[in-house]
Amino acid sequence: MTALPRSTAKALGLVIDLDTCVGCHACAVNCKEWNTGGHSAPLTDEDPYGADAAGVWFNRIHAFETGTGEGGRTVHFPRSCLHCETPACVTVCPTGASYKREADGIVLVDEDLCIGCKLCSWACPYGAREYDADAGVMKKCTLCIDRIYNENLPERDRVPACVATCPAGARHFGDLADPGSEVSLLVAARGGFDLMPELGMRPTNKYLPPRPRANTCAEAAVEAPERASGFLGLIDRVFSR
Amino acid sequence: MHPAYSVIFFTVSSGAGFGMLMIAGTLAAIGRLSTDALFGWLVMAAALGAAAAGLISSTLHLGHPERAWRALGQWRTSWLSREGVAAVATFPPALLFAWGWAVAGKLSFPYVCAGGIAAVLALVTVACTGMIYQSLVTIRAWHNRLVTPVYLVLALASGALWLAFLARVTGNGDPALTHLPIGLLAAGWLLKRRYWRGRDNDTGGPTVASATGLGRDGDSVRLLESPHTQENFVMREMGYRIARKHALKLRRVAVALAFALPMALTGAAMLPAAAPIAAVLALLAAVGGTIGIAAERWLFFAEARHAVTLYYGAERA
Repeated sequence: MTALPRSTAKALGLVIDLDTCVGCHACAVNCKEWNTGGHSAPLTDEDPYGADAAGVWFNRIHAFETGTGEGGRTVHFPRSCLHCETPACVTVCPTGASYKREADGIVLVDEDLCIGCKLCSWACPYGAREYDADAGVMKKCTLCIDRIYNENLPERDRVPACVATCPAGARHFGDLADPGSEVSLLVAARGGFDLMPELGMRPTNKYLPPRPRANTCAEAAVEAPERASGFLGLIDRVFSR
Repeated sequence: MHPAYSVIFFTVSSGAGFGMLMIAGTLAAIGRLSTDALFGWLVMAAALGAAAAGLISSTLHLGHPERAWRALGQWRTSWLSREGVAAVATFPPALLFAWGWAVAGKLSFPYVCAGGIAAVLALVTVACTGMIYQSLVTIRAWHNRLVTPVYLVLALASGALWLAFLARVTGNGDPALTHLPIGLLAAGWLLKRRYWRGRDNDTGGPTVASATGLGRDGDSVRLLESPHTQENFVMREMGYRIARKHALKLRRVAVALAFALPMALTGAAMLPAAAPIAAVLALLAAVGGTIGIAAERWLFFAEARHAVTLYYGAERA
């Protein structure tokens, strides 16, 4: 059913720290590695060793520049499904292949029902859905349902592949509907925000802003060095011309 | 947005077919339709043929065309599903109407009722098509209250052009049919002008600042590095962009072909002096108008920018 659940018992999702992400793409690679054998397997590649390689990935790591001059900084920006509370990708689906789970809020595609019309990818502002032309169906992040509930894995590994692998600790997984959960506390403490809130999808995943940076450069402004004298002074004068 | 030819063909072809059905069914319901069986046969074959051809072509771009029937299931939430249900529901009354008009050769009460019902369902189908686009908040050019009216008026106008041609060919030159395209084309022209003017003056919409949350303090935000070297599905499907100067040129072509030319030809066909070639003029008007509406539909896609482009270098979408 493409009707959305009135409420979900949990709102499982990710909190992504834009302050600590180093843009290494490890999350994207581990996601691809896990999911090409997981629930939505395979994540097909087209022409993988050719000049125009393309393929299905659930994580895409962008880099943005923000600010100018001393206030300028580079921010690495991982982008994946936000498992929205009111996902338009689900309600536009004509077949019921797309659905949002009542138990944990995860948005999934039933590949046996998908007709590959791609309308859900048009309805998603975040580019989370990638079409598998080989399978003829739409694919998307599953929040690693085959890891987080997998009793064959040690308990500490029951987190999405992207979270498990992040070397910087920039990705956090948990229940964002529970105000006392670690992720909810983190969002509250750091001022976590929604992407494009004006479009009304009410994303579950939150992003943490880069922390304000102490401007150590300005404080430690190096005083002009003294003019050297003697031989070094001569060289300095010659090369300063 | 990538202008897929199957979708353009679908909306233009089924739009014209359902437009013919809307007009013929309405005229039958108010008792203004000629009972000429040949005319009826040609109109219903063209209308149902164009509508069906469009619908079939729309399933060809699916990843799994054999599962297309599943699209009838989720009409509670999905405009695409509603469109499918309405399109399928249009055919039984339309076929009954066609039987009465073209085969039985009489427009008696049950056939007239079927015509009226088919006209309403055809209108609902085209309105659902418009709403598929209008309901997408991710594409500002489409999330616009003029989108569905434009779809409806252009479907009616192209249907009216073909009906006027068939009326002239079979000698059923009822002014209600032969004059109709002018009014509908004028309405379409005005709506489209208003739509384009609104689009050109639109400065709202999500920005790269709101897409990343990085510009919330007023800082500038710009893409430094794309996540991948080659285009992915998202960029191919949603990243299609047409240069503004080309768009303006194509708008003029679309206006000339879709509105100005068919209006002039339809007007010329009404002149007494043009009587011997009136059918030829009406045919040219219908062909030109249909090509023009296809150009308009192509632009509808090519000019539309999706919010996801903000992650790939666009500043506003």
